[in-house]
Amino acid sequence: MTVITDALCPFCGCLCDDLTIVVDNNKITDVKKACKLGSAKIMGHHRIKAPMMRNDKNSEFREVSYDEAINEAAIILSNSKRPLLYGWASAVCEVHKKGILLAEELGAIIDNTATVCHAPSTLAVHEKGLPSATLGQIKNRADVIVFWGSNPVHAHPRHMGRYSVFSKGLFTEKGRKARKVIVVDVRKTETANMADEYVQVQQGSDYLVVSALRAILSGHADVVPDTVGGVSKEQLIKIVEVLKTAKFVSIFFGMGLTQSKSMYKNIDNAISLTTELNSFTKCVITPMRGHYNVTGFGQVCSWETGFATAVDFARGAPYYNPGETAANDVLLRKETDAAMIIAGDAGAHFPADSVRHLARIPVVQIDPYWNPTTEVANVVIPVAICGVEVAGTAYRMDGVSLRMRKMVEPMHPPDTEILEKITERVRELRGE
Amino acid sequence: MELIIKNGAVYDPVNGINGDKTDISIKDGKIVDKVSGKATVIDAGGRLVMAGGVDAHSHIAGAKVNVGRIMRPEDTRSGIKPRTKITRPYTGYTVPNVYAMGYRYAQMGYTTVFEAAQAIMKARHTHEELEEIPIIDKGALTLFGSNWPTMDFVREKDMDKLAAYVAWGLLASRGFGVKCVNPGGGEMWGFGKNVSGLDDVVPNFDVTPKEIIVSLMKANEMLGLPHSVHLHCNNLGKPGNYKTTLASMELANQVKASKDRQVLHVTHLTFNSWGGTNWGDFESKADEVANYLNNNSNVTGDMGQLIWGSATTMTADGPVQYANAKLLHAKWGNGDVELEDASGVVPIFYVKQISIHAIMWAIGLELALLTKDPYKMLLTTDHPNGGPFVNYPEVIALLMSNKKRQEEIKTLHEAVHKRTMIPGIERELDFSEIAIMTRAGTAKVLGLLDTKGNLGIGADADISIYDIKPDQIDPTVEHSKIKSAFSSAAYAIKDGQVVVKDGQITSTPQGRTYWVDAYVPEQDTSEMMKDIVKKFKNYYSMQLANYMVQDEYVTHAQVIKAGAIPVEVN
Repeated sequence: MTVITDALCPFCGCLCDDLTIVVDNNKITDVKKACKLGSAKIMGHHRIKAPMMRNDKNSEFREVSYDEAINEAAIILSNSKRPLLYGWASAVCEVHKKGILLAEELGAIIDNTATVCHAPSTLAVHEKGLPSATLGQIKNRADVIVFWGSNPVHAHPRHMGRYSVFSKGLFTEKGRKARKVIVVDVRKTETANMADEYVQVQQGSDYLVVSALRAILSGHADVVPDTVGGVSKEQLIKIVEVLKTAKFVSIFFGMGLTQSKSMYKNIDNAISLTTELNSFTKCVITPMRGHYNVTGFGQVCSWETGFATAVDFARGAPYYNPGETAANDVLLRKETDAAMIIAGDAGAHFPADSVRHLARIPVVQIDPYWNPTTEVANVVIPVAICGVEVAGTAYRMDGVSLRMRKMVEPMHPPDTEILEKITERVRELRGE
Repeated sequence: MELIIKNGAVYDPVNGINGDKTDISIKDGKIVDKVSGKATVIDAGGRLVMAGGVDAHSHIAGAKVNVGRIMRPEDTRSGIKPRTKITRPYTGYTVPNVYAMGYRYAQMGYTTVFEAAQAIMKARHTHEELEEIPIIDKGALTLFGSNWPTMDFVREKDMDKLAAYVAWGLLASRGFGVKCVNPGGGEMWGFGKNVSGLDDVVPNFDVTPKEIIVSLMKANEMLGLPHSVHLHCNNLGKPGNYKTTLASMELANQVKASKDRQVLHVTHLTFNSWGGTNWGDFESKADEVANYLNNNSNVTGDMGQLIWGSATTMTADGPVQYANAKLLHAKWGNGDVELEDASGVVPIFYVKQISIHAIMWAIGLELALLTKDPYKMLLTTDHPNGGPFVNYPEVIALLMSNKKRQEEIKTLHEAVHKRTMIPGIERELDFSEIAIMTRAGTAKVLGLLDTKGNLGIGADADISIYDIKPDQIDPTVEHSKIKSAFSSAAYAIKDGQVVVKDGQITSTPQGRTYWVDAYVPEQDTSEMMKDIVKKFKNYYSMQLANYMVQDEYVTHAQVIKAGAIPVEVN
C-alpha cells in the first residue's frame, strides 16, 4: 500500500493540491480531503477499454489496435481541408504543446472548451485587461467576497474553504466572521443562501446592474432608476458602500455572467467596476474556471501562438478571430470537414446544430472516458488519465501552475504519445 | 565539430582586441587555441565580429509576459510570420510568442538573455516558457524585495536566515539572481498602497525599503552569487525620483563585493532619472545619475531606452502600473502574488510630440553618453517597457552617431531642448564601446565573463558576424547601415553551431538555462525552513511540497555553484 500526500486534484479550476491518495496494488482505494466531485473522478469510472473504429456512425464500434486507430486518425486529419482540434481542458499542458504542433502541421483550427464557458472573459480581457491576484492573496486579505453568476457550493466545493469565504490568513484571522459575502445570481443558489447580501438579478440584466453600480460609485446615483434589472436602488447603494469601504474586495464570476445575455460585455463592465473600485480600495477579479486545466490551455496557446484560443493555422501562421475561428463558428457554418475531440466533450456541451454537424463528418476522439462525443466518433483512442495516471502541468484558475502527480501506473498510453504518433504519421502521409 | 572564422574584424574588449584581423577557432562549442585543417571555414571577409550578445534585463518569459499576450491580441497580430521547415510561426511585436523571442534575438546576434523578474510561486510558468524559447541561453532573476520571509528576517536582523532563504528561493525558482522591485511596495500594494521612499515603514512588517535593499545586498554577497542585487528603485515613474535613485545607489557603500563586480545593479534608469516635481516641470536628471556612476565603482546600471511607438509596460511594481493605467486610461493587468510581490501590465504608445516621452527618450541616451565607462551602463530597452528588444540596433545607431541624434531631435517635442542635455552631447561611441554595452559589460555585470561576452580561449563559442567592414564605414554618418547590419546578423553562432546566416534562422538548438545553487550551512537552512513551513501552513494557498520548480522544467540546466562566505561590512 502506498500513500501519496499533497496530491493534486484533476477536477476543477481550484486545483486543490493537498489530497492524500491511498494506492493498493496499483488501484486507488481511498481519496482523502477531496470534494465529492474530485474524489469521484480520481476513483474512476466508465473507461474506454481499447481503441475502436467504425465507418458508419450508425453501426457498432469494432475494437482495433492502437496502430490501426492512430493510422486512421492521421488519414482522416490529413485528408481534411478544414480540420478542427477541440477540447484540451482535461489534459495537462504537455498535451497542449503537442496539440498545437499538430494543428500547425495540419493547418487546423485549435480551440478549447473555454469557447463554451470563459472565452467571453478573454474577449473582455482584450478590452480592459485583468486586475487579478493569486488565490492566497485573497485568502490573506479579502474582507469582501463577491460571487457573480457562479455557484461554488456545487461547482467548486472547496473554493470557499481553501481560498475565499471561510479561509483564514494573516489579515483575515477571523475567517468568515470578519468577511462580508455578496452573491449576485438569478436564482437563490446554495451559495446565495450563505451570503450576507443576496442580489437577485433578472435573467439577462447583469450588464445593467454592473452599470448601475458604476454610476453610483462615480457619484451619479441620481441617474439610477428605482430598480435596475430587478434590483432596488437602495440595495445597489448599500452594496457600493460595502465595496467602497472594504479593505480588499475580491470578485469571482462564473458562467452566469459569461454565458448570459451581453456575454463578454458583462465581463468588460465588471472589469471596469473592479478597476474603478481601486480608486477607493483594493479590488481584484477572478474567473471561476471549470476544468482543472482549462486555464492551462489558454496559457500554453498564448505563449506558443500569441493567442489564447480559437487559433486558425490555415494560412500557416496563427490567425485569431473568435466569431469566425472558434469551434462552434466553423461547425455551425459547416466548414469543418473533420474533427479531433480530445480531453473535452463537444457532444455533451455544444449546441445541437454543432453536434449534428459533428455527426456528419469524420470524428476522432481521444479520451479516457466514454461520453456523448463517443456517440458521434468514428475513431476512439483511449488514453491514460492526466493527473491520475500521468504527471504534468496544470494551471489553477488564478494562473498559478502546479505539477500534477502520477498516482497509479496507466493501462493506456498518454495523450502525448498518441499525438506524437499521429503527427508523425501525418508527416509520412504528406510525404514530408 | 570544428569551425574557424577567418578574416574577421574582431572587437573583443575583454581581451584587448579592437578591430584586429584575428582568426577565431572553435571546437566542441568552445573557443580554442587552434583547430585542425578539417575545420569548416567561415570567411568573415573583413566584417565585424563580436561575441554573441548578452542581455541582462529583458522580460521574455513568465506570467506577466503571457498576461501581456492575452491582453494584447492587437500586438500578437503584428510581426506574424508563418512556419517554415525550420521555424515555428513568429507572432507579436512587444509581446512575441516564445519562438519569435528566440529567433529574433538570434537574428540580432544575441545568444544569452536573462528574464528580469519571476516570483518564486510563478517560476514554474517562467521555466515552461524558457524551455520553449529556442536557440538562446537564458535564466531568470527571482523577486525577493517584498517577500514576507525576506521582510521577517530583515526585521529580525537575522542575516543567516535571510541568506538561507535567498539560497532556497533561488533553488525553488531555479533562479539566477536576486531581483528587488520597489522593495516593500509590493507588500503595500496588497492593500492598494505604496511606499514613497527609502525610509517609509512597511506596515505589519516594520521594515523600510532601505533595510530590505541593504540586507539583500549583504545576503547576496554572503552567498557569493555571480550577479549582484538587481534593483528596480522605489518611486519609479514619479517626477523627482532621481533623488531616491541616488540614495539607493549610495546604499551600496554599506556592502563589500564578494567578487570582481558591482554590489548593486540599478536597472532601467530611463525610468528612474527624473527631475521636477510634476508632469509640468518634469526634466532629465540623467547627468546626476551618470555623475554618480562616474565617481563610484560599486554600482552599475542599464538604460531602459525608450523606443517610439508601441510598448507594453510590465513590472512587479504593481502600484506604478495602476497609476499608469489610470493616467493613460489604458487596459490594466494586475497580478498580485501572495506573500511575494505584485505585478502589473499596461500597454503604452510612446509619441515624439509628447513632452514627457521626448524627455524620456533623451534620458536613456544621456545615461549612456554621460556615463564614461561603458561597463557601467548596459544597453537595454527594458523590453518591452521602453520598447521591444528588436530595436537595439536603433539604439546602437543613435549612440554611434550624433548626426542621427540631431536629425531625430528635430522631430521631437521642444521640451527636449529645454529639459534635457541631449542636444549638446557630442560623444559618439565606437564598436568597442558598443561591444561592452551589449556583451562584455553585460557578462561582467551578470558574473558570467568567464564564458560569455568575450572571445577568449575557453569561452562559449557564441559569436556574431555583422555585415559591415569597420575600416570602411563611418558609423557617425552611415548610421542606417549600422542599424541594418545589427538588425540582421550575417552569422550568429551558438555553441559553435551556425544558427543564423544572412539574417535567416538555419537551425534551432535548445539553449541552456542558468540557475544558481548556493550552498548554505545546513543548520541555517533548517532554522529558516521552520519559518517557511509556518508560512505554508497558515498563509500560502498551495502546499510546500508542490512549490519548488521540479527538474522536469529545466531540461538543459547550467548550474552555477555559489556558497555562503562571511560578509565584510564597510
